[in-house]
Amino acid sequence: MNVQEKVQDPEAVIELYNVSFSFGKALVLKDVTLTIPKGDFVAIIGPNGGGKTTLVKIILGLLSPQKGTVRLLGKPPTLSCRYAGYMPQYATGDRDFPIRVIEVVMLGLVGTGSHGPFWSKSEREKAERALDMVGMLAFSQKKIGGLSGGQLQRTLLARALVSEPEILFLDEPMANIDIGGQTILFDLLAELNEKMTIVFVTHDVGLLSRHVKSVICVNQRVFFHPAAEITPEMAHILMGEECSMDLIAHGLPHRVLGQHRGR
Amino acid sequence: MMEILQLPFMQNAIWAGILAAIACGVIGSLVVVNRSVFMAGGIAHAAYGGVGIAFFFSLPALPCIIGFSIFIALLMAVLTVKHSGRMDTIIGVLWAVGMATGIILVDLTPGYNVDLMSFLFGSILAVPSSDVHVMVALVFLIVVVVTFFYKELLSISYDREFSQVRGVKVAHLHFLVLCLIAIAVVMTIRVVGLILIMALFTIAPYLVEKYACSLARMMVIASGLNIFFVLVGLWLSYRFDLTSGATIILTAACFFIVFETVAAAVRRARQE
Repeated sequence: MNVQEKVQDPEAVIELYNVSFSFGKALVLKDVTLTIPKGDFVAIIGPNGGGKTTLVKIILGLLSPQKGTVRLLGKPPTLSCRYAGYMPQYATGDRDFPIRVIEVVMLGLVGTGSHGPFWSKSEREKAERALDMVGMLAFSQKKIGGLSGGQLQRTLLARALVSEPEILFLDEPMANIDIGGQTILFDLLAELNEKMTIVFVTHDVGLLSRHVKSVICVNQRVFFHPAAEITPEMAHILMGEECSMDLIAHGLPHRVLGQHRGR
Repeated sequence: MMEILQLPFMQNAIWAGILAAIACGVIGSLVVVNRSVFMAGGIAHAAYGGVGIAFFFSLPALPCIIGFSIFIALLMAVLTVKHSGRMDTIIGVLWAVGMATGIILVDLTPGYNVDLMSFLFGSILAVPSSDVHVMVALVFLIVVVVTFFYKELLSISYDREFSQVRGVKVAHLHFLVLCLIAIAVVMTIRVVGLILIMALFTIAPYLVEKYACSLARMMVIASGLNIFFVLVGLWLSYRFDLTSGATIILTAACFFIVFETVAAAVRRARQE
């Protein structure tokens, strides 16, 4: 079978074929084959250390798999990653870094050919619009160290959005955000989903909002399910065999995990 | 006081000091926000290999040190570009090997070289006019390159992976930053010596980091502070006949301690 043919689907924004990745001798992802269609709203779930972040970084070209083919927007990721918005996993980061909120957001426009220490008016306006979208405009002149965890998250989301990406990757966007904030964020993402494909990582299975269209389950192996639910196969991948759980019914606006029995 | 400014060697010293202060303010800020102080230290010490080469082959010192430092910087860049977990070890090895090479070459050079100490602890009062001219060119180069690539440098300093996704040539810039560090190091060797370079690289940028609201401002203010340290240190060195490199560093250190103490007191007063 021709690999190139296998990974050419015009409706797909992300295609992985037979991808394996290991850090040194530790196998993180094994034989991953995956197609994500345009306009999808995907949740990547799985246990900590299961390879969720690694999967995202492979799709973005930040990590190169030892085996297999990756296509992002129909091209090798290093050629197309600039059309993606990326919000990395919240890191405690460098709180002392001498930078203001608005400049962090404008860094989302870097690499487009503008050089020198000054930002153009249009770059500034784009950044302000992105900040407005995430409700952070009032903080634009504040230094990054003065923000709360949730405010920093929203700033990094604005940075990911400012380039008007075709596809948005969010790694643990709900960390540090309270339940009310999570609902607001999901509503915003649903609105953005009308224009762009959204892929987000969460370790919290309870966080599948009603807006989510499909689920990818990662625990070394990867399982794609084109609906916002957790199937027995996925539970199997997620939890292994020693653990069983009651699954979530279709059609509920907010899904809550049912009874969960340990071994 | 004024008559010392009339002396040609003092004029050269002041110019060399100001130029090195600017180079260290700009590049030191980059080093501090990138958390690559250890890397800069490695290049600074490995640069001693260049001193050894210059002595052994009787070549002019400045070009030799520049060449060798850039060679070490590029080697370090190649070995660390992947950001592996062994970065600090690689730097440590290059640090020691560079110095050892220098020491052996100097040992093998016939005759005793009194001048050697000047590279370890600086000899700002012996900087010839020709060196000042080279330094002007190097500072100009540093400022132009940093200004042109400012956004890219800021971006990789703040978030390397994000920059990579944006299509910024992260690996190229990594090489560029290390070469800039090498150039700044070479310039500063004349002023405070390679042992003490790290003080000019770190003290002022670290002091400013918390208060500056942009990297550009941090670079400018740190350069200003460095100039202040160099001028005060030079005067103390002249007045009390002490080694200039050491007086410059101790001026910076005293300022640092006083400033941090006052800042802590102010913070405490505000909290109450």
